[in-house]
Amino acid sequence: MSTGTKPPFEKLVEQHGGTVLRVCRVVLGVHDAEDAWSETFLAAMRAYPDLPGDANAEAWLVTIAHRKAIDVIRARKRQPAPVGDIPEAPTALGVPGDGDGDLWQAVAALPDKQRQAVAYHYVAGLAYAEIAGILGGSTDAARRAAADGVRNLRKTYPGATTEGAPA
Amino acid sequence: MTINFDSPEDAETLARLGRRLELAADAEGLLDVAYTTVDSPVGPLLLAATPKGLVRVAYDVEDHDRVLSALSQRLSPRVLRAPGRLDAAARELDEYFGGRRQVFDLPLDLSLSSGFRRLVQRHLPEIGYGQTRTYGQVAALVGNPKAVRAVGTACATNPLPVVVPCHRVLRADGTPGGYIGGPGAKQALLSLEAAA
Repeated sequence: MSTGTKPPFEKLVEQHGGTVLRVCRVVLGVHDAEDAWSETFLAAMRAYPDLPGDANAEAWLVTIAHRKAIDVIRARKRQPAPVGDIPEAPTALGVPGDGDGDLWQAVAALPDKQRQAVAYHYVAGLAYAEIAGILGGSTDAARRAAADGVRNLRKTYPGATTEGAPA
Repeated sequence: MTINFDSPEDAETLARLGRRLELAADAEGLLDVAYTTVDSPVGPLLLAATPKGLVRVAYDVEDHDRVLSALSQRLSPRVLRAPGRLDAAARELDEYFGGRRQVFDLPLDLSLSSGFRRLVQRHLPEIGYGQTRTYGQVAALVGNPKAVRAVGTACATNPLPVVVPCHRVLRADGTPGGYIGGPGAKQALLSLEAAA
């Protein structure tokens, strides 16, 4: 049934839970991130026995998170959105970086593809070829979307630098 | 980009999300192996259960990470830290170590052993609290008096130490013999039961 030396699922939660949470926050905003995280890991646990033992678990999890996030985005577009995606009050959800409301608005304002490319490259550290596999389209297109996303973020959020980003 | 998407509450958030995953996975029938760790007078014990029952008790010296990897390969990789399913086992062990329980009343899953070993392990609970038997007596008990060495192997590979009382089986000369948790743990359990 299980192939090779696949680690217990709990190890995936320990090793990649934080990254998937940050990816979900960037793609969806803090408000919907936790639901997307839960849906992602539940779906991953269901499919885990069929994952090849040598697969890149993080890229696999980000791919699932991407699909779950698209479901959320589609559902949002079907219904009248509440005013603003940022929770008005600081809550127990822990809005990352107090006072960085500008950043969250800047991220939320990016076109979907750019926001996703920024999340998968700069937060999850995936290579552009892997991101192309998730978004569809070419590796160059994935690279361009991430670059455009960063440029747009810099316009509204000058504090952003690309230091320490993965190659 | 050095934009910081971390939050000081990340650890708390992830703990909460882990609990939520545990409940959802169980509700959807995906929790093939649930586990937790508990403290005991013989060191931290790993407890693991399938939907059928308690499937593994492991001493610290067995290396809990290795035990979990083995469960992932032998049973299912859907292994999750999920203390809820182990509540009853944890409570009964606590009562046992506190001298308030002599018999475990837990559903057991013996799927990690087979054949003669499983037969021996099924009969071990017939040795009552505070009593001991020799390997030879246990061989006779399961109807195969010559299989003394095989009984030794069955005890040494018991996946459910403490709960399935292989610690009550001694050498013919009265010395404790080997034990999966080490000789100190075996002696501690025998002393605990003798004091009651």
